[in-house]
Amino acid sequence: MPIEILMPALSPTMSEGKLAKWHKKEGDEIKAGDIIAEIETDKATMEFEAVDEGKLGKILVAEGTEGVAVNTPIAVLLEEGESAADIKAGSAQPAAKPEAKAEPAPKAEAKPEAKPAAPAAAVLAPRQDGERIFASPLARRLAQQAGIDLKTVKGSGPHGRIVKADIEAAPKGTAATAKPGAAAAPVASGPGARQLADLLKMPYRLEPLSSMRKTIARRLTEAKQTVPHFYLTIDTEIDELLAFRKRLNEKSETKISVNDFVIRAVALALKKVPAANASYDESGLLFYEHADISVAVATPNGLITPIVKQAETKGLTQIAAEMKDLAARAREGKLKPEEYQGGTFSISNLGMFGIKQFEAVINPPQGCILAIGMGEQRPVVKNGQIVPATVMTCTLSVDHRVVDGAVGAEFLQAFKGFIDDPLTMLL
Amino acid sequence: MADTSFDVIVVGSGPGGYTTAIRAAQLGMKTAIVEREHLGGICLNWGCIPTKALLRSAEIYSNIKHSEAFGFTVEGKVTINTAKVVERSRKVAAQLSSGVKHLMKKNKITVFDGHGALNGPGKVKVTKDGKPVADLTAKHIILATGARARALPGLEPDGKLVWTYKEAMVPPALPKSLLVIGSGAIGIEFASFYRTLGCEVTVVEVLDRILPVEDEEISAFAQKAFEKQGMKIHVGTTVTALKKGADTVTATLKDKAGKESQLTVDRVILAVGIVGNVENIGLEGTKVKVEKSHIVVDEYSRTHEPGVYAIGDLTGPPWLAHKAGHEGVICVEKIAGLKDVHPLDTSNIPGCTYCTPQIASVGLTEAAAKAKGYEVKVGRYPFIANGKAIALGEPEGFVKTVFDAKTGELLGAHMIGAEVTEMIQGFGIAKTLETTEVELMHAVFPHPTLSEMMHESVLDAYGRALNY
Repeated sequence: MPIEILMPALSPTMSEGKLAKWHKKEGDEIKAGDIIAEIETDKATMEFEAVDEGKLGKILVAEGTEGVAVNTPIAVLLEEGESAADIKAGSAQPAAKPEAKAEPAPKAEAKPEAKPAAPAAAVLAPRQDGERIFASPLARRLAQQAGIDLKTVKGSGPHGRIVKADIEAAPKGTAATAKPGAAAAPVASGPGARQLADLLKMPYRLEPLSSMRKTIARRLTEAKQTVPHFYLTIDTEIDELLAFRKRLNEKSETKISVNDFVIRAVALALKKVPAANASYDESGLLFYEHADISVAVATPNGLITPIVKQAETKGLTQIAAEMKDLAARAREGKLKPEEYQGGTFSISNLGMFGIKQFEAVINPPQGCILAIGMGEQRPVVKNGQIVPATVMTCTLSVDHRVVDGAVGAEFLQAFKGFIDDPLTMLL
Repeated sequence: MADTSFDVIVVGSGPGGYTTAIRAAQLGMKTAIVEREHLGGICLNWGCIPTKALLRSAEIYSNIKHSEAFGFTVEGKVTINTAKVVERSRKVAAQLSSGVKHLMKKNKITVFDGHGALNGPGKVKVTKDGKPVADLTAKHIILATGARARALPGLEPDGKLVWTYKEAMVPPALPKSLLVIGSGAIGIEFASFYRTLGCEVTVVEVLDRILPVEDEEISAFAQKAFEKQGMKIHVGTTVTALKKGADTVTATLKDKAGKESQLTVDRVILAVGIVGNVENIGLEGTKVKVEKSHIVVDEYSRTHEPGVYAIGDLTGPPWLAHKAGHEGVICVEKIAGLKDVHPLDTSNIPGCTYCTPQIASVGLTEAAAKAKGYEVKVGRYPFIANGKAIALGEPEGFVKTVFDAKTGELLGAHMIGAEVTEMIQGFGIAKTLETTEVELMHAVFPHPTLSEMMHESVLDAYGRALNY
């Protein structure tokens, strides 16, 4: 029997992904462990290794196809003595589905200005994100397996519940076809950017949404809309830190950046004020035992937050070495999901761009994010005298459901203590 | 003169007909029901309900006989008062029939006592003993006249020595020996009843296993259990002739190999299927189609004649009261123009047989699922591994579940053992709500109950049974 190669779930949260690249072509011999394809998940591009060996008999999902649901057959592997003819006999049905589904996506990408196909009777205008969809468990699973977006399906069950028959009647692959439409026209909130631009004949270039961009859009919208943010700003002085860093870097092989100091200071401050290392959940407040620090890294595709895990246990050189490695791989899109999922506190630093001060959006489900500005010489008043000092302004964005003002302030105070007097970081 | 013009007329007041009438009345339609015999029909008067009363008597008798193991000593002989057993059964039926009468009154449904038949478009003629009672008119006429026992050539019931379910339900005395022809639910229930009360019972089934609509494993388990109780079972066997004596019947049995044998018994029960009551209801001259004694209808119970509908046993299998009632409700809701009315999904209708051990099932058997092309996952859990079953002294039976390996859809559930008829609804709900194995695994079943076996059977289908 030919073996179906299924779309892998490369992280616990992955439900679909983009088949970014095929490394093998039809007819190629494959050994277990060979890299056969690259899969773009919501945050990274990952290599997909073969588990079985054989000959790649047929590619079912074309390179560049987006929104391929986990467990969708993407290719068929032939075992010894089998030929392409066996595929039809063995897996004609599963093969037919992904093919039908694979088609619309590349088309939509190639001609983004083309109107989305007229929806069939069973397809609704996509529902708004976050709206609860009533569907039977079986319908949900069938939809996932067939790559159908439940948002596009009209339910015929009691009170509009989506049932098995609705999924069976729905055109396959609405997950892929519906997306260009969905992106172009956010439902019921006035004309979308593209609609308006078309209407007013404004020239523009349309770049299809990458998986990463979609995730950024979804998560940050969710954060700003559902998390009650408040902001606390504090000035730190980094003259001593800069001098200390200079002396360390003269001796250390790994160059330590100001940001590495910030990571360490945050981790130590969280240890001192554990109430700030927390998340809100419907079931209660989560207080984390370790300071796993997510550090925002800009990449050509967008923002990603690799994590320095248990940072409170790590010294400056170790933090510096880890960050260097994580940032480099983040820019290449080669982070593993566990390296960017599950931090407890975030840092975003725009100092290198000359930004004096800013407020970051919380990275849910985390409770806080610290926005670091540029260290610059400013006049400060000390003992009645105006003196120059290198000041770095830091702003903490706080989820008020879990961290109150006093706790946030206490954390910033502790953080400032470590930054202003970096020797205490060594204690 | 009583009112004779209605929105809906229902002909027949069995569990299909009276339920239909009530739903029609609830929806604001002026409704009449025509019944030639007793309100409640066969089910209530001569079927489901009175047989359950009989089986309860048999169960109590069996319990008394086995009471020593539970710590009781019965001094003297336990004797069966057949007349009393029958009287109780009739009282139960009578009580429920009067309950239906009350329901008709409460829902302002006009009841016509007599035989109803179509009499031209939109017309129903009611007669009693050949005399006209009323001429009624309605836009919608729903036929719910039910079905009756099938007779085979050479095997006609006479009501004295060769019984149908009707005579079997009111025996003047217990026969010493009994031949049951047919091993469907009706045949097996009577076989079980009479065997439990001590009769020598022989069951003959033309197919290669008893209870042929059930899962093969259930049939096999049931046959073993019945044979252990002393029942004689001949599968793959036909009865070619019945020769009546003064107070006995001699049956000629013919097995698959063509070998004939004789069996002399006191009484014979015919349970070889049922036929629809399509005669004398005025179908002549209408477009209503009849196939194999059943009326042809669409998914909303519409016949080929506009304004004429048919529900329940009259329209074919499964011949079950709960199927008839549901069909009727769907039929009138469609007539009333309600939104979201869906045809009945017959794969979600449970079936129960009240023999000892009880049998209950819903959905596809393992073999049927495979025949439909499903790749299946099958779970089983025996009563002997369930704490409650052991405490009850009922260690016989098992629960089997069949899942679609690909989607986790519950395709079927099959149970044999104590109280399984009360438990099958759990799987019925699961199927109706379209749960997958995940929800069933997550559902918390109370301990200690027999129902825990349902949970374990699901777990077992995925190699996760905890207590076996």
